[in-house]
Amino acid sequence: MSEKTTAAAMPPPADKPVVELIGVHKWFGAFHVLRDVNLTVRRGERIVIAGPSGGGKSTLIRCINAIERHQQGRIVVNGVELTSDLKRIDEVRREVGMVFQQFNLFPHLTVLENCTLAPIWVRKLPKAQAEELAMQYLKRVHIPEQAKKYPGQLSGGQQQRVAIARALCMNPKVMLFDEPTSALDPEMVKEVLDTMVELALDGTTMIVVSHEMGFARQVANRVVLMDEGQIVEANAPEEFFNHPQHERTKLFLSQILR
Amino acid sequence: MTGVAGERAYADLAFVQRAPIGALPPPLAMRGPWGWLRANLFSSAFNIVLTVVMLALIVWIGKSTIDFLFIDAVWVGHDRTACMASEQRPHVGACWPFVWERLNYFTYGSYPIPQRWRVDVFFAMLAIGVAWLLWLEAPRRDLGALYFFVVLPVCSFILLSGAPALGLETVDTSLWGGVLVTVVVSTVGIVVSLPLGIVLALGRRSRMPAVRLFSVIFIEFVRGVPLITVLFMASVMLPLFVPEDLTPDKLLRALIGIALFASAYMAEVVRAGLQAIPRGQYEAATALGLKFWPQMGLVILPQALRVTIPNIVNTTIGLFKDTTLVFIVGIFDLLRTIEVARIDPKWATPVTSPTGYAVAALFYWVFCYAMARYARHMELRLSAGQERR
Ligand SMILES: Nc1ncnc2c1ncn2[C@@H]1O[C@H](COP(=O)(O)OP(=O)(O)OP(=O)(O)O)[C@@H](O)[C@H]1O
Ligand SMILES: [Mg+2]
Repeated sequence: MSEKTTAAAMPPPADKPVVELIGVHKWFGAFHVLRDVNLTVRRGERIVIAGPSGGGKSTLIRCINAIERHQQGRIVVNGVELTSDLKRIDEVRREVGMVFQQFNLFPHLTVLENCTLAPIWVRKLPKAQAEELAMQYLKRVHIPEQAKKYPGQLSGGQQQRVAIARALCMNPKVMLFDEPTSALDPEMVKEVLDTMVELALDGTTMIVVSHEMGFARQVANRVVLMDEGQIVEANAPEEFFNHPQHERTKLFLSQILR
Repeated sequence: MTGVAGERAYADLAFVQRAPIGALPPPLAMRGPWGWLRANLFSSAFNIVLTVVMLALIVWIGKSTIDFLFIDAVWVGHDRTACMASEQRPHVGACWPFVWERLNYFTYGSYPIPQRWRVDVFFAMLAIGVAWLLWLEAPRRDLGALYFFVVLPVCSFILLSGAPALGLETVDTSLWGGVLVTVVVSTVGIVVSLPLGIVLALGRRSRMPAVRLFSVIFIEFVRGVPLITVLFMASVMLPLFVPEDLTPDKLLRALIGIALFASAYMAEVVRAGLQAIPRGQYEAATALGLKFWPQMGLVILPQALRVTIPNIVNTTIGLFKDTTLVFIVGIFDLLRTIEVARIDPKWATPVTSPTGYAVAALFYWVFCYAMARYARHMELRLSAGQERR
């Protein structure tokens, strides 16, 4: 990244936890995917999760909005614990925004309709107000002029920025990103990362699964390494990159930074 | 010419083009109608043979059809004598006076003559409803839907079966017949089977085991049984279990049978469409906080139905033609009225049956072709809306 901003220059995280994972375990059948995961994310904090493929990163962040269900331990989001109670799950999903690797925009709706769908049907905002809100966020991701187009008419980078705007329209307390740039052509990665850096600078609470180490260095408060369903190491970016403690972290960094 | 030759690209030497080459028209053999014929009909020996054989076939069938329907056809007359072959007239084609005379019977069945205006009003109301719903640029399509799904069924029911309180005398459904019955049965079948099919398809993918089990059993049971059996069960077996005066009307029973039967097929068609939707769409909708029904109604079904339109129309066309089976349980649909009329001694001639069947064929073909064209139009329109995926 060209900007000189670093974590140190950003506002210090407030103390209230937005996401709390306490002793979380999950199994896919007999396969133990998440093993005793503990993680607290405070308001305004930005966490980057990295790690080898199959390490359970996606599974972990998908548990936070209950797209995947955990079997043991506690997940508390914005003070609401995820249990089998559907009301609570709905409540949590309203407060958590998610951006996927494959964008997952709704191809039959225009960009604007993609953004207003949840505000209208979940938040019950009047249409005009929802559209105003959507335009505000589309401006923030720098594509207000594409509002009337369909997702299929946009480039990958533009689609991912729409996906970010769509999630932001719900005013989430925390944004989850699952490898938001891995499906993009190299020349589009920057525009998406820049948008995410701007969000970070605005104090958005973010949990980002990513292998963009430049991004992690620039905006993360903490970098977390996950492997075999466990948190292997978590530390501030300078420490994490310059003085990795765990063998697996060293191995991972040597592979990814080459 | 030498100057031109000097301009040619000799790839084995270093070459720099001095003048660009302008676009030329294609050679004569590729142009005009002759070029088209060559490319499409006479491109090889096999194609030439095929073209000639097909042409002969088309001419032969076309000529016999036109001869039968128009050239040799009888246009006026009062009974069978007009349509009989004789010394002066060895070739007799379609017997149109028979159709003119029986046209009302084909349309209304035995519906009492003074009451037939009610059927006409019904046809008109239905036509308005269908046009309003299918014409995508029509004004107030929300009102159109309300009209089609609420106003129309209620009004049609009152109008057709009668309401003594409103001065409309009761007409027993056993008197209904012809196009009226065909239209009622297929419209009800189509209009009920689509939503019911969607619900069953969603049920089959439901996370609740009881719902899923019910849907699977229903679909697999109905698909495992021929429509004729369903109709027989509805008309013969139901009265055995239900007391006489509680047994619903015969036409109603057939309607229910057909609607349920069609729903099972529709459910499988819709399910195929649901399966074509990537999991990410469900996940994105879930992550946004949309609950099951809004998620289905706003995100999944619009996409699933879009890819399923050709199959839905295909099923609908099948259903439309399958409605002719109701004659088995003694209901007089169009085909049945033609069947009855063609053996009427008054018109009994060798050409009466072919004429009647030609009318039936024309009727079914016009409706089915219209459905197919409309589906094609919808597909093109929808795919134009959103260019690449
Ligand atoms: N629905 C599922 N059923 C069974 N196993 C699954 C399922 N989803 C994921 N897994 C398995 O769980 C493990 C963790 O998967 P996950 O997608 O969380 O990894 P990841 O760290 O995100 O990897 P990547 O970097 O490749 O995205 C993998 O071994 C994967 O095969
Ligand atoms: Mg992943």
